[in-house]
Amino acid sequence: MTTAHFQSHYIPNTEEEQTEMLATLGLSSIDQLFHDIPEEFRNPPLDLPAPLSELEIQKELGALAGRNRPLGSGPSFLGAGAYHHFIPSIVKALMTRGEFLTAYTPYQPEVSQGTLQVIYEFQTLISSLFGMEVANAGMYDGATSLAEGVLMACRVTRRDRVAVSDTVSPIYLQVIRTYCQAHGIRIEVVRHWEPEVADDTACLVVQYPNFYGGLEDLGEFCQLAHGHGALLVVSADPMACGMLNPPGHYNADIVTGEGQPLGIPVSYGGPYLGLFTCKEQYIRQMPSRLVGRTLDSQGRDGYVLTLQTREQHIRRERATSNICTNEALYALASTIYLAAMGKQGLRQVAELCYHKAHYAASRIEELPGYALPFKRGPFYQEFVVQCPAGPAEINRRLMESNILGGLDISIPPYSDPLPPDLDQGMLLCVTEMNSKDDIDALVEGLAEFS
Amino acid sequence: MLKGGSRDTSKLLMERSVPGRVGVVTPELDVPVQPLPDGELLRDNLDLPEVSEPGVVQYFTALSQLNFSIDTQFYPLGSCTMKYNPKVNDEMAFLPGFAAIHPLQPPEQSQGALELLYRLQDFLGEITGMAGVSLATLAGAHGELAGVLMMRAHHQANGDAGRTKMAIPDSAHGTNPASAAMAGFDVVTLASDAEGNVDLEALHELAGPDLAGVMITLPSTLGLFDQNIVEVCRIVHEAGGLVYGDGANMNALLGRAKLGDLGFDVIHLNLHKTFSTPHGGGGPGAGPVCCAPILAPYLAAPIVTGNGANGSGTDSGYSLSIPEKSIGKIGGYHGNFGVLVRAYTYIRTLGDAGIKSISGNAVLNANYLLQALRDIYYLPYDRTCMHEVVFSADWQRLRGVSGLDVAKRLLDYGFHAPTMYFPLIVHEALMIEPTESENRDTLDAFIQALRDINRESEEEPDMVHHAPHTTPVSRLDEANAARHPNLRWRPSE
Amino acid sequence: MSPDDRKYTQEHEWAKLEDTDARLVLVGITEFAQDELGDIVYFDLPAAGTEVVHMEKMGEVESVKAVSDLFSPVTGKIEAVNEELVNHPELVNDDPFGNGWIMKVTISDLSELDGLMTSTEYDEYVGGN
Repeated sequence: MTTAHFQSHYIPNTEEEQTEMLATLGLSSIDQLFHDIPEEFRNPPLDLPAPLSELEIQKELGALAGRNRPLGSGPSFLGAGAYHHFIPSIVKALMTRGEFLTAYTPYQPEVSQGTLQVIYEFQTLISSLFGMEVANAGMYDGATSLAEGVLMACRVTRRDRVAVSDTVSPIYLQVIRTYCQAHGIRIEVVRHWEPEVADDTACLVVQYPNFYGGLEDLGEFCQLAHGHGALLVVSADPMACGMLNPPGHYNADIVTGEGQPLGIPVSYGGPYLGLFTCKEQYIRQMPSRLVGRTLDSQGRDGYVLTLQTREQHIRRERATSNICTNEALYALASTIYLAAMGKQGLRQVAELCYHKAHYAASRIEELPGYALPFKRGPFYQEFVVQCPAGPAEINRRLMESNILGGLDISIPPYSDPLPPDLDQGMLLCVTEMNSKDDIDALVEGLAEFS
Repeated sequence: MLKGGSRDTSKLLMERSVPGRVGVVTPELDVPVQPLPDGELLRDNLDLPEVSEPGVVQYFTALSQLNFSIDTQFYPLGSCTMKYNPKVNDEMAFLPGFAAIHPLQPPEQSQGALELLYRLQDFLGEITGMAGVSLATLAGAHGELAGVLMMRAHHQANGDAGRTKMAIPDSAHGTNPASAAMAGFDVVTLASDAEGNVDLEALHELAGPDLAGVMITLPSTLGLFDQNIVEVCRIVHEAGGLVYGDGANMNALLGRAKLGDLGFDVIHLNLHKTFSTPHGGGGPGAGPVCCAPILAPYLAAPIVTGNGANGSGTDSGYSLSIPEKSIGKIGGYHGNFGVLVRAYTYIRTLGDAGIKSISGNAVLNANYLLQALRDIYYLPYDRTCMHEVVFSADWQRLRGVSGLDVAKRLLDYGFHAPTMYFPLIVHEALMIEPTESENRDTLDAFIQALRDINRESEEEPDMVHHAPHTTPVSRLDEANAARHPNLRWRPSE
Repeated sequence: MSPDDRKYTQEHEWAKLEDTDARLVLVGITEFAQDELGDIVYFDLPAAGTEVVHMEKMGEVESVKAVSDLFSPVTGKIEAVNEELVNHPELVNDDPFGNGWIMKVTISDLSELDGLMTSTEYDEYVGGN
């Protein structure tokens, strides 16, 4: 279809209205409004496809989406930082309300109490879940949240040496390196069984459960770090904290995490939600927004953005971070999720993950040729399996039965810290989404390589 | 607390909690019970609320009604591009083939997603006139950080580590200096001239061997197209520096000018502004970085390449790849995919013709407001504006009514406030951005409200000074909030 | 009118000699400064024992939406900081020349005070702004 004038359904002004409005300006064409642009650069050729109707775009994107394999379309055992959990219908129904979805950052508190109160609830629930004193309004994702935690630990201690456990996600480690590259911060990857912390180390960075699924002794790490005047910075899975003692219980100083398990779809990696909590004594070094409770001029309770002098719009080049837009909508999603799951539901889901994962692990361990190298230590919902064949090949075969296997950790960067004899490792994840039939099907598929 | 009919929101979740209530029924365990770990690992103090499902729905719905939003109010918040967020965009992002794919699935299981990203890279490169695009950055400021890290990497690769200064106009967003500092640069302020353009003399003085580059917002935060921009780029390049473009205001330039043509080396876009993805009360955003060929090897990882010759898109499929000298991974995965799907949908439904009518109508609407209000609100830069107009409330100030008061009074009229006191170089600034998606009736009603408030500033300044009067809460004690931070509910209260 | 029992800096700090023998100087910010800042919410100050240097940064003061550097009017050693300001920074808004003092410093060289502005000079300086 070709017409001289394309009237987009997103633009109310008709050609006639444009002409009338231009007349109030003494102009006759929209082009005249752009006379400040040097003529040789004005109205360049634009090679974009012609507009599509909604009917057509739905078809096009339906076809593209149809070429991806969604987790729900068959048994799936891939985790490694992004987790397939059940999301109650109310999460989407509430978060897509226009009043939440199409509001800006709550800079005008009088007309943003909805968003502000939600963030205050979020700060309450997340700090409680992690056993920490304060939480901020959220960061981009788990990886950037941890990287900002490292930068904050360097500010707090005025030190520039960082010890990162080799069981921290290799992906997160890369992001830490990116964030630290311009600050002369020395990143040292340390062995998790004997992490080296020096008297000029800013922080020891660990993950709970760790990337390979294991539960390490946070109390010991904490003592070690504090013994050298360093902080303990933890990246934790909030869902695991539904049943396990949280990092705050062990006296961690900064606890970050990926909020995606709390009601957020895996969505090919984003948008997710960075969780960020710390001890109250460090709040002035915290990045990102904080909401506080106060009173209005008539003495009524209300909520405002507070301690904003930390932030870029006021402190500019001396701000604690450059972060501005974060993931507020997903902080809302996780707040709705936690409200709905509640005290009982979150524990039940965490325990479902635990039992199903341990059932799967025990079945796989019985298979000839398969071994669980880290079995002696406790784990939560993920575990490493040493396979009798290449994990990539096994995954290909599993997919023939529409089973999505685990992460192939026989390749860098995942294999970097692994012992040499663990050369065909697969990281499997089992959540409440996997039924016993799913797990049995996985075990049957793996058995073909026994 | 609020107008009749809405449910009470005064009790927080923990205060509505009743032991035994559940909001979700979880499935029964269908595998044999497994031994639990050491009891020391298990928690016994999970302080989460116990609320029924209707309780959750009623509470959050009532909370939502305390917000102003684009769907419910005119929201002319300058520099934020609060345009209509098409509903189809959300629906597409929620398709299971997009929302339920795992970021670490092998490429053969995510070809549809990769192809979408590849095409979006192409579209954004075409719109900005840039050769390289990375979609990996998760917000505007995140894009800035990536962009300035790329500039740093480029200078270091050229043995030019002495370029430590980043020049940033006095009118810039705070994220610019904050991002430059995170990338290790020393920030120096670049003055604006009387026309609101970059002061060329000031730039000449800074353009030396220690200049890494400049960060320019175009149009500027004054809502003006910098008439010196080509010369600015020339001077910086001649001195060996690079030009960063903050794309926050790209809504004005869609299809009208390409930043790459003008001489910018690297820019970021705010998909949650220009490309209509919802702000969500403060995110998520997406801040793709687009750059000239010399900087493309440094782009943040990953980018999407075609498996055909020279990385072209072909029937042979698409992969994620790491640019040769990449500054590294800057986020967990491949960007805010759900936001990217929305932006893709938007660009496809507008196409070449629609893209240009976005900028045309955004600029027309802003100038319509400028013309209709200039007799009663002081206009510090008297020029054709771009997508937004910056007034000053200096004339109202003479009567004891500040820009803040005017903005707060607008809330009583059912309009969201403009951006206030920014840019910093305009006294009592009121920065108004109507966007293309508002109709003339709305603009006329807004004009009338601002005229009425001006009259009120003469007749009842005290009433304006204490506005708003009709909102769920009145002005809040921000000093108390900062002096005695109360950042979470505690049982003792 | 600023009190004439003390001296002033161009950065709006004051220094008042409390005890000549002990060379003890009380330091604070002026009425003009607190008015410009608006509601003060936080002070970031060095601990007692820290050395400060004339017109070098000694700390920060924050209002709700601004941060300003504080400069030491004198060179010397901090003997005490006003602990009341931790919980009641508004004291400086209410009484900048009295209860809102910020710190006590042992000045290294008493003659340094001679280089600061008198109250008349300061009031003129501010009036000209």
